[in-house]
Amino acid sequence: MKKKFRVLVMFKDGVLEPQGLTVMQVLHTMGYKEIEEVRQGKFFDIVVEGNDRVEEKISEIAKKVLANPIIERFEIIEIK
Amino acid sequence: MKAGIVVFPGSNCDWDTYHALMGCGIESIFLWHKERDLKGCDLIVLPGGFSYGDYLRSGVLASFSPIMDSIKEFAEKGGLILGICNGFQILLESGILPGAMLRNKGLRFICKFVNIRVENNSTPFTKDIRKGDVLKIPIAHMDGNYYLPYSELEKLKRNNQIVFRYCDGKGEITDEANPNGSMENIAGIVNERGNVLGMMPHPERASFSILGSEDGRKIFQSCLNYLRER
Repeated sequence: MKKKFRVLVMFKDGVLEPQGLTVMQVLHTMGYKEIEEVRQGKFFDIVVEGNDRVEEKISEIAKKVLANPIIERFEIIEIK
Repeated sequence: MKAGIVVFPGSNCDWDTYHALMGCGIESIFLWHKERDLKGCDLIVLPGGFSYGDYLRSGVLASFSPIMDSIKEFAEKGGLILGICNGFQILLESGILPGAMLRNKGLRFICKFVNIRVENNSTPFTKDIRKGDVLKIPIAHMDGNYYLPYSELEKLKRNNQIVFRYCDGKGEITDEANPNGSMENIAGIVNERGNVLGMMPHPERASFSILGSEDGRKIFQSCLNYLRER
């Protein structure tokens, strides 16, 4: 059986993320003064075949490869 | 005495490094990243470039290359490893060195000569340089903003693992001299044991007077002397 997961990778709170910061500064210049924070992240859509420990494997991949635990955190969402 | 320069798909400073090492009298060979055999090399150099196009995060995909298993073993046995720029990023992503690289604070790719101050000359890579000496060596990177959680940064400092810091021409460590936002102006660090050095500046690009500086040679020369005296 095929399953689809979305892995969201975000910088941890407290880690300076210059791209989001720059986007926020531009938004302020455009007049969107109410924007308090912008943090840029990335996501991966992964399709897996099989039933055996699938979520565990996705979590392992996220930890080992997709996110760098020193600076990033991740979240896994199953897409139905 | 032989150096092995590891070639990943996307390495582009491999030949520059080869010429610099050979110019310093260090016999060098290339090692393809899919090999596992380090071919008896005494010094392993991970050169600069854009391994795997910098996809996902700089250096992360290369850190899973087969040769990295042998390099980890080599590091644990005390073998000399030098990671330059992307090579430094690969050492961080593989966990051989602590920390991570963030995008440069100014979000620009920076390619220019910088000054770095030697903070620790008790490593094999800096043993023939005086502590406090200023080296003129160029940087060329987009992700060189070194980051480490504060608690670990303290440990790094305590263990004297910071080898190079960005400075001005007089050797002063200032914010203006920090090109990328790197914590503590860090430009290069070693592991606890001191046998693995990662640095963002490119010593191979400062190894012949025609290139504008020969300061990079001092690092290769130190390695050579260290290995000869061993």
